Amino acid sequence: MEKKLFGVAAIFTTPDDIINAASSTVKKGYTKYDVYTPYPVHGMDNAMKLKPSKLGYLTLGFGLTGTFIALFFMWWMMAMDYPMIIGGKPFFALPAFIPVTFEVTVLLATLATVIGMLTFFFYFPNNSHPVHDTSFMKKVSSDKYGVCIECADPKFELEGVKEFLTSVGGIEIEEIYYAVKTEQRIFDPKFITFLIGVAIATSGGIYFALNKLMYMEPFTWMQTQQKLSAQAETKFFTDKFSMRPKIAGTVARGFIPYEYKGLALPPVEIVNPSVPDEKNLALGKKKYLTFCSPCHGNHGDGDSRLRGQFPNPPSLHSLKVREWNDGNLYHIIVNGQNVMPSYESQINVAERWAIVNYIRVLQKAKNASPEEIEIARKEGK
Amino acid sequence: MKIDYSIEAPAIEGRLSLSQIEELIAKPLDSKPDKKFLLALSISGSALALGALCVLLTFYYGIGLWGNNQPVGWGFDIVNFVFWVGIGHAGTLISAILFLLRQKWRTGIARFAEAMTIFAVMTAGLFPALHTGRPWLDGYLLPYPNQHNLWVNFTSPLLWDVFAVSTYFTVSLVFWYVGLIPDFASLRDRTTSKIKKVIYSIFSLGWRHSHRNWQHYEKAYMLLAGFATPLVLSVHTIVSFDFAVSIMPGWHATIFPPYFVAGAIFSGFAMVVTVLIFVRKIFDLEHIITVNHLEKMNKVILATGMMVGYAYAMEFFIAWYSGNPIEQFVFINRAFGPYYWAYWIMVSCNVIFPQLFWIRKFRRNIPLMFVISIFVNIGMWFERFVITVTSLHRDFLPSSWGYYTPTLYDIGILIGSFGLFFTLVILFTKALPVVSISEIKAVADGAQPSHHGEGGH
Ligand code: HEC
Repeated sequence: MEKKLFGVAAIFTTPDDIINAASSTVKKGYTKYDVYTPYPVHGMDNAMKLKPSKLGYLTLGFGLTGTFIALFFMWWMMAMDYPMIIGGKPFFALPAFIPVTFEVTVLLATLATVIGMLTFFFYFPNNSHPVHDTSFMKKVSSDKYGVCIECADPKFELEGVKEFLTSVGGIEIEEIYYAVKTEQRIFDPKFITFLIGVAIATSGGIYFALNKLMYMEPFTWMQTQQKLSAQAETKFFTDKFSMRPKIAGTVARGFIPYEYKGLALPPVEIVNPSVPDEKNLALGKKKYLTFCSPCHGNHGDGDSRLRGQFPNPPSLHSLKVREWNDGNLYHIIVNGQNVMPSYESQINVAERWAIVNYIRVLQKAKNASPEEIEIARKEGK
Repeated sequence: MKIDYSIEAPAIEGRLSLSQIEELIAKPLDSKPDKKFLLALSISGSALALGALCVLLTFYYGIGLWGNNQPVGWGFDIVNFVFWVGIGHAGTLISAILFLLRQKWRTGIARFAEAMTIFAVMTAGLFPALHTGRPWLDGYLLPYPNQHNLWVNFTSPLLWDVFAVSTYFTVSLVFWYVGLIPDFASLRDRTTSKIKKVIYSIFSLGWRHSHRNWQHYEKAYMLLAGFATPLVLSVHTIVSFDFAVSIMPGWHATIFPPYFVAGAIFSGFAMVVTVLIFVRKIFDLEHIITVNHLEKMNKVILATGMMVGYAYAMEFFIAWYSGNPIEQFVFINRAFGPYYWAYWIMVSCNVIFPQLFWIRKFRRNIPLMFVISIFVNIGMWFERFVITVTSLHRDFLPSSWGYYTPTLYDIGILIGSFGLFFTLVILFTKALPVVSISEIKAVADGAQPSHHGEGGH
């Protein structure tokens, strides 16, 4: 490996010497140099003629950002997004927001100070700096003080620098070298394997956490509870149903009993009493999607999500159903048909007619003639 | 012994050279753990295991295992939380406030006290988490966009607590780590073991003791100290708001914030003294953690103990002065009701015994200060017990009065919290330099240039 000179370093034994050496270095006109001390030596800033640290601006900037973020979000959450009266306070209760604002300010300011200092001011982590692992470093890390003048300095000249360092009292002059970096190949097999490993580990870990772990006790976010859930079996009632049937002999509001129950089709035509206006159709759509679509599909094609798990329901666009009167459709909702169960207890009278109207809309939409489509287009819908 | 208080005692006794100091501090890290260490670790480890068992049982059966129930909804869990958060405050006080006050003597004990802060806050943090009953759902405590469209209640002191304690923990940890960076670098350069070198290198981030770095570093340290100071005051203030913002007689008092902060520093210093007495002996750090340090801490204990005593008296005075019969009843009930024993343990441990520190001989007497520091710890734990439990157990409605008794699980978890704290402390003494190497070097004799007059941190 090729080695290149980084600079020349000298050791000093007392704090007075190092202050002296630092100011002489500045006087001599060197700019690319650094002083190394095991602890901060007072007066060194002056000796090196360093400008005051600008770190404070970073702290101030981020601290104020924290204040602003905290206040803005609390205002948005408590007064805009979900306003709620708590303890008779106004929605934007500034005094009550002070503690959190303060904490967020401090948190952001400290983190920014430290992270900013380490990355932007020090360019850390940097374990490959040339001075590392030299005997010079070992000494300044313990109880000696050192100066290192770097090659990058325009005035650098090996013998001259050595002479200068000795003249200001430096002992143990050391030339510091660093290895020239051979170029790093991105397609290094080791690196690729490493990347693949990281990718598998992170994606696997995230998959496990989100798709498995979150569904295991106790991470199920209180899903399993000691209460009856609608479709579950229960030991509490003798018939094991959690959902209770209505009590015999009672009539619920909106559920007027139907007189042709049990017949295949009603013997007389039942007239649709509802008006298919926008509201009615919206209700019909909602109820259809809730109760009918699981089997008949979202558009009544019979292409349901239950395919294969339940006898295939027929399409609601067959000629037969299209030509049926509204009363027949109503009848099937109340009565069911063969394996299709009755919806008498779930859907009330008004909703049943709304579903019928909606089925008519679906049928029209699927089976419209080209002329009708043309008319609809012209009307702008 | 005659002591002249008019001149400042040296921060380090016995004129050690810089390399000797480093040697002394790094010694525990290089030597194998001895019998004493393992014995201490096994005791604290057993306490921790007991606590862990009780916590697991609590997870399994629910917090019904604990003694708190109507009307005392806050029992040992909250008492322990406040106690441990309070312990943490001494560390920040020593590391930040004494730093800003340019107290050189803090260097010997700052690192240790900061570590105790971090461990105490960790221990404290467990209790509110357990208290929620289903700690694995504590994500709900944070404001995050969710499908319920709900936000946390930013006007609640309990939520302020979440922010205060987590910020406090983060800032203390960062502050502590920043202090450790140069030490990691020194350890990296002196170690002979390859593995240790890698570990120290990683944590030192490549620190190279450059003065161009030291300049910003000192600035950052001062900024952090400047932030930690109001932060530490805010944390116990907010903890006291948990009580003071409610309308419970016995809690609803404006004296609470300063009273809690003084109490926290009081108990924290007592805990630091308790632990340091052992540490300086076991690790031969008597030159670095001197009797002068302990004496100064005892003075702080005396001062804050008086403040706490003043608060006790003022609470009674205000109850009488307010003319509110319910308020008056609560305080008479505190001193002479069913929990009179807890009240008098608190008063004697916190107010009476520390008075011995008026006498210099006692302030410098190690066995005696050990006993008093233990008393203060006990007293301060009981203070939180008195505040929490006696206020709750007899409130406005006599028909709902009750008497709170902790269960074995409560006590097990309390013991476990001590186990956790001391296990962490003991492991820390072996894993990291317990005294800041770079800071102590800076205050050693002859470490600063002679023409630079006062110097000092
Ligand atoms: C559990 C699945 C299921 C649900 C839910 C369901 N159906 Fe049916 N439906 C069927 C099946 C299966 C048939 C065919 C029955 C047969 O074999 O006669 C059927 C038949 C029908 C028929 C007669 C079609 C024909 O060609 O004979 C109509 C009309 C009908 N359903 C309407 C509805 C309406 C309206 C709803 C919503 C209230 C609904 N269905 C909900 C399964 C279902």
